[in-house]
Amino acid sequence: MRAKAKPEAEAITTEMTGAEVLIHSLKKENVEVLFGYPGGAVLPIYDALYRSPIKHILSKHEQGSIHAAEGYARVSGKPGVVIATSGPGATNLVTGITDAMMDSLPLVIFTGQVASTVIGTDAFQEADIMGITAPITKHNYQVRDVQDLPRIIKEAFHIASTGRPGPVLVDIPKDVANKTISPDYDSTIHLPGYQPTFSPNILQIKKLADAVGQAKKPVILAGAGILHANAGKELLTFTEKNKIPVVNTLLGLGSYPGQHPLFLGMGGMHGTYTANMALYECDLLISIGARFDDRLTGNLAHFAKNAVVAHIDVDPAEIGKNVPTQIPIVSDAREALRKLVDVDSETPDTEEWRSQLTENSKNYPLWKKTNTDEFLPQQVVELVHEYTKGDAIITTDVGQHQMWAAQYYAFTDANRWVTSGGLGTMGFGFPAAVGAQLAFPDQTVVALTGDGGFQMTLQELSTLQELNLPVKVVIMNNHTLGMVRQWQEAFYEKRYSHSLLPVQPDFVKLGEAYGIKSYKVTTQEEARGVFEEAFSHRDPVLIDCRVSGKENVYPMIAPGKGLHQMIGVKP
Amino acid sequence: MKRIVTATVINQSGVLNRITGLMTKRQFNIESITVGHTETEGVSKMTFVVNVDGDGKIEQLIKQLNKQIDVLKVSDITDQAIVVRELALIKVISNAQIRSEISGIIEPFRASIIDVSRESITVQVTGDSEKIEAIIDLLRPYGIKEMVRTGITAFPRGSQKSVTDIKQFSILN
Repeated sequence: MRAKAKPEAEAITTEMTGAEVLIHSLKKENVEVLFGYPGGAVLPIYDALYRSPIKHILSKHEQGSIHAAEGYARVSGKPGVVIATSGPGATNLVTGITDAMMDSLPLVIFTGQVASTVIGTDAFQEADIMGITAPITKHNYQVRDVQDLPRIIKEAFHIASTGRPGPVLVDIPKDVANKTISPDYDSTIHLPGYQPTFSPNILQIKKLADAVGQAKKPVILAGAGILHANAGKELLTFTEKNKIPVVNTLLGLGSYPGQHPLFLGMGGMHGTYTANMALYECDLLISIGARFDDRLTGNLAHFAKNAVVAHIDVDPAEIGKNVPTQIPIVSDAREALRKLVDVDSETPDTEEWRSQLTENSKNYPLWKKTNTDEFLPQQVVELVHEYTKGDAIITTDVGQHQMWAAQYYAFTDANRWVTSGGLGTMGFGFPAAVGAQLAFPDQTVVALTGDGGFQMTLQELSTLQELNLPVKVVIMNNHTLGMVRQWQEAFYEKRYSHSLLPVQPDFVKLGEAYGIKSYKVTTQEEARGVFEEAFSHRDPVLIDCRVSGKENVYPMIAPGKGLHQMIGVKP
Repeated sequence: MKRIVTATVINQSGVLNRITGLMTKRQFNIESITVGHTETEGVSKMTFVVNVDGDGKIEQLIKQLNKQIDVLKVSDITDQAIVVRELALIKVISNAQIRSEISGIIEPFRASIIDVSRESITVQVTGDSEKIEAIIDLLRPYGIKEMVRTGITAFPRGSQKSVTDIKQFSILN
């Protein structure tokens, strides 16, 4: 939209370099914090930043920057902004960009590029980041003409944060950053090929409302789309009105109150028996903002095979991709739920269905070993829950600790759960906690990580030290790559090929080397004492929890099996 | 089955890379691809022939293409009344004696000889893929030294009703 009149201050804007235009545009986008790492090709940008009040968080590796930006974006809903230099700086971002693409996180990434005159000559620190990131970004730009910079930045923020959110990369050659122009900030967004659907087709909504009225065994699968659309309240209203039980995806946790009687838990490979059987037996499945990932559906031949499938998603490409869908609804989740509630329709009689599910929950709850002296990893999650009153922001990597956190933390609120779902990135959780803490400085943020994943990005302890961020790093240390070991035990006749980590650094000394209060605990009792202390102050803490190395995550659906073929549902 | 898909795109650098990249990522086999300008400045049109397993896959391809920011419109025009053209250049071994013989063969195809040398002639032919296959088959016995095909470009006919020439359907099955 074109501004009616230029504000006085801008009308007299003098000439600026491309780098200054960038910083000015970031201010206009209300960017509060940048995650980055300087280098040759971004020297002009860092020079402009030197005179800017925008907060810049210097990570110790570009992967730390991008995961921090992801954590920031996940909890705040605002785009995470990253700056890295050309070549290795840019390629170090690749894992995080892919992670954000898979989990639909809004990021705007600025990479430096070698000067236009030497692009394509294999110049020092040149990488074809446009080519490299084409498949892992929602969109990417290379700025060829500095006059385009204000428009490109506007478009980048718009694309990243609307529709299905995702990462957008802007590649800026060094000479473009250096070039002086009189910028035109009024340039309008012009994206004729990008018109995401926001409101649902009302006929489809009525069709779904009718299906709801006739259903005997309806269930809702609520994914991260609920969180992105800020639709938790509407979901609650709709489900309570119609008494429809809710299953969460891994990434959707927190979109529905974890203690609600209609809540069945997480579905999928390590979901609850009740949730998976509900997905298996239902006669109406309403998926909202979820994408039927293979870890959720199990073998598709057995997935919701007697159900009418309705799918509400802002991304039309997700509808019908994995599961045939009878009622497709392309829409923002909140808009669709509002319209659904407004439609005058019958409410289904789900009492029998619900009592069947309640019976399942009673008979097949999540379970862990009892009568053991071992310090169990599940107990770590329960203790974290207890000492944070279930209200902390929890970040994780991927693997056993992630699944236990998902199973045992019982999230009650939205945007408290930051995990690497689609890509399953080790080393994600700790830097993501740094970003989440910066978004919400007063919140308790816990990086629940494994001993394997933590060692992939532990250099960010230095960032905690520098900023004195009160992140609590809780390492669920079982001396193994737990999920790898579990699969080797189950499917490779216990041949633990390179999954045991008997030799480790002394994590306490490591933490102390960065000036961070660090503890080692080996029993639940010891843990209580340390947690009590650790969660009572606003300093960073590292706690090395030496838990049993032999625990497996149950229940489980083996690969290739259907949701009804869970193993380990009982002790 | 083979499908003809057209995509109208904004003529930005990288758009072709994004589109072929997504096809590779989602395991679509591109049989041919043509790109060129349209009547609108800054807008190009791509025509793909892709080999897909089923309706679900082609729907997915169209949705994924539509998601690209620089893509304005995507259509699967296979089942519409369309005009399809491809151009082929075929260098055939030929001495002076059989030149007129070849000339006679290609004449009904409205093909033309666009280059002549002592040992060969180059034939240019345009038409749908079936016609090009046919002329290639006829020329093969003389020895084809070199051949290039552009891949098809296509769009819907001006009128969808009066379809008499339905050959286009058969070439794609």
